Parts: sequence; structure tokens; C-alpha cells
Amino acid sequence: MRLRTMEISVGLFIMAGVAALFLLALEVSGLSLRPTEKTYKVYAEFNDVGGLRVRGKVSLAGVTIGRVSNIYLDNRTVKAVVEMDIDSEVDYLSRDSIAVVSTAGLLGEKYINVSIGGDEEVLEEGDFFDSTQSALNLEKLISDFATNKF
Amino acid sequence: MNQASDNYVEIRGMSFSRGDRLIFDNVDIDVPKGKITTIMGPSGTGKTTLLKLIGGQLRPDQGRIQVNGQEVTRLKRKELYLLRERMGMLFQSGALFSDLTVFENVAFPLRVHTDLPEEMIHDLVLMKLQAVGLRGARELMPSELSGGMARRAALARTIALDPEMVMYDEPFTGQDPIAMGVIVQLIRLLNDALGLTSIVVSHDIQESLSITDHLCIVADGKVMGQGSPEQLKQEGSAFVKQFLNGLPDGPVPFHYPAPDYGVDLLQGDQDAGFSATDR
Amino acid sequence: MLDFLQRTGKKGLLSIAALGRAGMFLIGSLTGIPSWKGVPLFIKQLYSIGVLSLVIIIVSGLFIGMVLGLQGYNILVDYGSEQAIGQMIALTLVRELGPVVTALLFAGRAGSALTAEIGLMKTTEQLSSLEMMGVDPLKQIVAPRLTAGFVAMPLLAMIFSVVGIWGGMMVGVDWLGVYEGSFWGNMQSAVDFREDILNGVVKSIVFGVVCTWIAVFQGYDSVPTSEGISAATTKTVVYSSLAVLGLDFILTAVMFGDF
Repeated sequence: MRLRTMEISVGLFIMAGVAALFLLALEVSGLSLRPTEKTYKVYAEFNDVGGLRVRGKVSLAGVTIGRVSNIYLDNRTVKAVVEMDIDSEVDYLSRDSIAVVSTAGLLGEKYINVSIGGDEEVLEEGDFFDSTQSALNLEKLISDFATNKF
Repeated sequence: MNQASDNYVEIRGMSFSRGDRLIFDNVDIDVPKGKITTIMGPSGTGKTTLLKLIGGQLRPDQGRIQVNGQEVTRLKRKELYLLRERMGMLFQSGALFSDLTVFENVAFPLRVHTDLPEEMIHDLVLMKLQAVGLRGARELMPSELSGGMARRAALARTIALDPEMVMYDEPFTGQDPIAMGVIVQLIRLLNDALGLTSIVVSHDIQESLSITDHLCIVADGKVMGQGSPEQLKQEGSAFVKQFLNGLPDGPVPFHYPAPDYGVDLLQGDQDAGFSATDR
Repeated sequence: MLDFLQRTGKKGLLSIAALGRAGMFLIGSLTGIPSWKGVPLFIKQLYSIGVLSLVIIIVSGLFIGMVLGLQGYNILVDYGSEQAIGQMIALTLVRELGPVVTALLFAGRAGSALTAEIGLMKTTEQLSSLEMMGVDPLKQIVAPRLTAGFVAMPLLAMIFSVVGIWGGMMVGVDWLGVYEGSFWGNMQSAVDFREDILNGVVKSIVFGVVCTWIAVFQGYDSVPTSEGISAATTKTVVYSSLAVLGLDFILTAVMFGDF
């Protein structure tokens, strides 16, 4: 009987360990077990994405609607191209929506804030945002202010 | 060459040293089959080392050790382990597994080396425990046993696989007279009933002499005398006589080698300083 | 001067020899065909190494998570970004504190016990007597302890992290009033499964191998006297802790070096 309780407790221990891994995966890292949620890719060109990172949020009216999946430099236009995965449920982003690199709080993480426009046509897989607004560069702002460029 | 078949263990020209100290210097030892051989000698002459050499746990620097016709020094690891299944060794402390009950201790070699069904192991273990008189103590843990009982339980474990030879390392030390008597009797009984070859390492002269068939006295890395007890008592050298009669001084000096006593005492001051830094 | 050089050289050679013995010891115990007879031994060791360490792991994890919550909140609230507390707690625990603190506690709780147990087996001639029974003590005694240690460590580290995050949530959300949605949301957007969690698990596996190896080897290699065992136990804790902290730096540099 002593052996039996030992075996049971070892079994519970292993189960607890595996459960911990699942909790970490699902709750903490937000990994989804369902075969990757349906998303579509849209692109946006920025002059400056300073501080934005892959996996950063894409939000609409403060609600997360997708993630930044890749950031690279377009060698021809010499602009930063941001690739984002947007939930396919959000299929009403008009073509004239504006993508803005914003900051959570004064010093917080950078994310992309989308403000919706009024166009009839909507963005689809592979489309580019028409208008974008680059990251607010605090240093640049201050130096501009100091040298009276305004 | 007929001799070879009568000896279970034969050691020829064996030397063994530990560090700079020569423990055995070219010794020849015979252990006749089916008899009790006692290896005696002053403390620190490497009697336990000898058992480990026979069991193949240590390798001699030179010479041969034959056990049952097999050359221990040349065996491969696997063959050595097979040979060891046929010999048992009773350690000085008993060396029972402290996390197992007495029953499980005795059952251990059976479980590891055989695939016997549980009922058969149960019966075999009870038989071995009955032989050493501990059938009633089978559910106790080793820490609950007295020294003598622990040694008997270990003996039951040693004979669990019905070995051909059992080696006893100092079986009499630290035992009260009754426990000692029990063990003396057990060694004799088991040897005769199971047809074992026994090797006893001891320096308890009276107990050893009472059961031994063949005596081998070792000192200073050499064999001082070998033969039946009567033979040695009559024909032995001065050393053998000193040892068998337990005289305090003789060829074996009472004093550990030291500088002259008077000189030593006069140097008291320096000595005190020396030992303080030495510690 | 010459004497000093001579002593250093001798010490160096001795430590290289010890490392060689340790390597041969590891290979000798883990090679060979595993058989079903080893499973009960493994389970028994997993019990005494893993299950019996659970209490200390859970309690420490809970408190460390709670402290992280408090400290993190106090710092982050100055910048108005206290929602980031979830992300901070989770990353610290999963990447660093989970594997490292678990390994340090493991060395103190299970490692020292392993060393003392095996050292005592050596002192009481139990290992010798196994050899004389024709049983290889490396396979019978050492191998199940090593494998159990390898398995137990990552499990314990993950449990530690989960309990810690829960403790941090208790302090941050229930007590200090951080909004629960942004607590989890920030955490989930910051923690990557492969980059953070799997790397943390890899760390704890490495620590498990190193700590158990050191503990079992120190016991096996100890001088069979009471002083010998106490010295070996001390060595186990000291060597394991240093090895864990040193390796942690190397592993972190390799895994998260590009940040």
C-alpha cells in the first residue's frame, strides 16, 4: 500500500509538471492550440518605426486586432515595411485607414494604432495602408524645438 | 598438479601495494574446497584487502589469483560479475540496505539475478531466514536490529543465491559472547550443510581456532605459516607462537616505531610546537 | 615560489583527474540496456527527489512571485505602466528565476540528500556488497537517481514558474488593483512560447543534469568517513550553486544574446 501511494504521488507530480507546461504555453505566452487563428496579412510603409518590435500589438480603438509579424527594410524606397497579421473577423478596415506607430504611456512599448477611414473599399490580403504616420521620436521633437524649426 | 582440484582458491606469487606501502609481498595462499579456512594476522595487515582481491574488487600488482579454476585477474567485467554470483561476502558491518526490510534485503539478490515467481522468492527467503533464526524479524528495518542480528540477516542474504564460497570479514568483532557463539555455530553449520567453502578473516584466536580446518597467518605482507591449527601450534615459528598464544611482546613489538624514549621526552618543547602546527 | 608552482600544478592535475572520473562515472551509469526492472527504482527516486521537493518549490515560488509583484508595481507605477507588471513577472520567472532558483533549492534539498545517502552507502559497505553480489552499483543505485534528477528538475522549474506567476497575479491584480485584462494581455503579447518558455525549460534540463551529476558523483567519490561525507555534502551544494550560476550566464548569453 505504501508503494501504491508513492506511485500515485509520483504520477500526480508528473501531471502537475505537464499541466504547468500547458499553463505556461496557453495562459502565459498566449500560444493557441487551435491551428493558427485565421488572419490576413496587410502591409504598411513607415519612415521610422523606431522601437516597434515583431509580436507587437496592432490595435483598433484600443482593442488588439492583430500582431506585427515581420519588420524589414524596403531597399528600393528605403522605408521600413511592417507586415501584420490581422484577425480575419476584422474585415472592415477601409483602404484609407491610417496606421500610426504609437507608444503605450510616455515610455511604454510601441504598438500600431489603426484609425479607420470612410472608404467603401476594404484592405485585403497583401494590401498596403495608404497613409501611415511614423513613430513619435521624442529626441527629434526636442531637438527640433530647441533649434526653433517650428 | 592434483592439488589444484582440491583448492577452491589458489593465490600464487601475488603482490599488492597501496601507495608506497607494500601490503602483500609475493604471497602464496591456498583455500581448500569444502573447508573453513581462517586467515589471521595482526590488525592492519590487509586481511580485508585480501578478500577484496579474491572477489576481484581490487587487482594485484602481480601474481595469479585463481578461484574455482578461473583466473580472477584476467576475467572481463561481465565474467567477473557472473563469478561473483557464486561467491558471497559477509561484510564487517553487515552492509544491509538500510532502506529495505530484512525480508527485502534477503530477497534482493534473488530478485536481481533470477526471474523466480513471487511465491517462490517468499519461500526461499523464509528458508534462509529460518536458517539464521530470524524468520520472526522479517518485517523489521535494519536500523531496528542489534549488531548480532544484523550480521545474521546479512548472512542470510549472502547465502540467498546458494553460493559455493562465502567470505566472512571479521565476523566476530564487536559481538557479545552469545551472539559470537551463535555466529561461530552458524559458520560451521552452513559450511557443512551447504557444502560451502568458507574463508574467515579474523583476529579472534579462540573462536577461529574452534571452527577452522585450515589456518593461514599473515603479517608484514608475508605468509608466516599455513596448515592445520595443530600443525601450526607445534611447528610454527616464534611469530606464529606469539600470535596464537596472544603474548603482548615478541617478534611483533609492542611499540610503534619511534625515536628513543629519553630523547623524545627531552625534546618536549619543540615537539609541542610541531604537533600544534601539524594539526 | 617553486613550492607554490608545484602545489598548484598538483592541484590542477588532481582536479582534472576528478573531472575524468566524473565523466567516466556518468558514462558508466547511463550506458547499457535499460530494463523493466529499473522502472520501480526510478519511480522511487522520482518520489524522493521530485515529490518531496514540491513543498519547498511551491512555497518559494509563491513568495518570490509575490515579491516580484510588489517590487515591480512600486517601480512601474512611477511611469504609469503598472499594467506591464504581468509581463515583467512572467519573463523574469520563466527565463531566469524559475530555472535558477529551482536549481539552487534543488541542490540544497535533493542534491545534498543524494550525496549523503550514497556516501553513507559507501561508508557502510553497501556499495561494495552490491559489487560482491554481482550487481553493478552504477546501474542499481546511481542510474535511477541520475535519471530521476534529470526528469524532476524541469518539472519542478515549471511548477515554480506557474506558482510564481499566480502569486504575482494575486498581489498585482487582487491586492494592488492592476486591471486583470491588461495583466494577462501584456504578458501574452510579451512572452513567446519558443523563445522564452522552451528556452527556460532547456535551461532547467541543463541545470538538472549538472546538479544531479555533481550530487551523485560527490557521494560516490566521497571519502568513506563521517568527515568525508560532510565534506562531500558541502562540495555538492557549493559546486552545484556555482555551476548553476555560471552556466546560467553562458546559456542566457547564447539564448537571449541578441537582445
